[in-house]
Amino acid sequence: MSQLGIVYALMGAAVAVFLAGAGSALGVGIAGQAASGVVSEDPSKFAKVLILQLLPGTQGLYGLIIGFVTLSKIGLLGGGVVDVSVQTGLLILAACLPIGIVGLISGTSQGKTAASAIGIIAKKPDQFGKAMLFPAMVETYAILALLISFLAVSAIQV
Amino acid sequence: MKDLDYTYAVARVRALENSLFSDSEIERLLACTEEEQCLQLLSEKGWGDGTGSMDISDMLKREEEKTWEVIRELAPDMSVFDVLSYPKLYHNLKAAVKQVCTEVEGESIFYEDCSITGEEMLQIVRNKEWGQLPGNMGEAAAEAYDTLLHTRDGQLCDVIVDKAALDAIYEAGKRSKAEIIRNYAESTVAIADIKIAVRSQKTAKSIDFMKRAMAQCETISVEQLSKAAAAGMDAIRDYLLGTAYAEGAAALQESSSAFERWCDNRMMETIRPQKYNSFSVGPLVAYVLARESEIKTVRIILTGKQNGFSEESIRERIREMYV
Repeated sequence: MSQLGIVYALMGAAVAVFLAGAGSALGVGIAGQAASGVVSEDPSKFAKVLILQLLPGTQGLYGLIIGFVTLSKIGLLGGGVVDVSVQTGLLILAACLPIGIVGLISGTSQGKTAASAIGIIAKKPDQFGKAMLFPAMVETYAILALLISFLAVSAIQV
Repeated sequence: MKDLDYTYAVARVRALENSLFSDSEIERLLACTEEEQCLQLLSEKGWGDGTGSMDISDMLKREEEKTWEVIRELAPDMSVFDVLSYPKLYHNLKAAVKQVCTEVEGESIFYEDCSITGEEMLQIVRNKEWGQLPGNMGEAAAEAYDTLLHTRDGQLCDVIVDKAALDAIYEAGKRSKAEIIRNYAESTVAIADIKIAVRSQKTAKSIDFMKRAMAQCETISVEQLSKAAAAGMDAIRDYLLGTAYAEGAAALQESSSAFERWCDNRMMETIRPQKYNSFSVGPLVAYVLARESEIKTVRIILTGKQNGFSEESIRERIREMYV
């Protein structure tokens, strides 16, 4: 039974990395298509659109952080695997869900917003600051989810 | 196609929109005193084939070709754009039927940049291979051909083919999943119906003629519009005031050229929301229509300058720009 606990905990780390990473991949992909469209007509806008394309990439990093914290919590990184009960394993899995799910949704949404913001750069490159704010707003919710996942995983006693 | 499949294309179109004429650039073109100055300005903006040729028709033709070259490169699915070429396609049919029936050969009377070119259309009409024509075209072609042969009435032939074109556009709009195509079809048919009513009123045509020429659509009632047209211009204006085309009534009151300009501006209004759409095929369709309107406006200015029209009378005919 104790082995099942570690499986649940590991699933938590996997969910955080997999879902948040997938969200970022989708988001960066969408924004990248828009960025390519603009650069193919006007290569001088490369730097500005690249920054906007990278904005949805943060969710993947947040997932990675929670994954790391989880792995070190259960001792998988240090070499000494701790004994994790099923209940604790499930708690860790639940703690990882916020960044996983919110990462997936916010990453995709931020990608779409970034693609629209790239449209602003295409027409009014001097409005870069304003264009960056719109996709940055979506980031708030990924950060909130990261905070809760981080606090929850850290608070669980193993 | 999913809306997200157009992300790359829309971003590229957004960048291309920067090179569309703005109202201030049209003003600069208008301010040119001579046609040569206009052509020079257009050439500096990159219009034409880049060889410095100053032939107006070549320059405008090349610009039309450029638009479609870009769209062919960008669009994941070209079938969405078929409806935009219907007017050219049905024009080719009309020209071919007239050429075959009257046995008079005209020069450059066909559009070559559509799915059935002039030569192909002539071949189909000569051999009466109506089955080779898509959709309702075959039926309309046979009817127009027989009508022209029996009555020698060119206008009736035009009415049959034009009505078939409007019906085809409306059907394509209804079938389309793209909102812009639905709006384009509705606006095109409604504006065409209003134009028919106005012109029929001026030439005192019968209600039956108008009903035969007008196509059904959602925002205009053929029955009411044709009755209004038979009653007079004021009745048309009164009818339009109760529809989504109320501004047309004011334009009608102003002058014929103001009305023609409103017809084009109304289409621009239909497509303008696409400026703020980041996904879907909408911005691509809007770009094609905006380019067509831009080329038409430049043609109006150049023709006006060629014929020595005053700046004011050209300005009255200038269409609103997309950007």
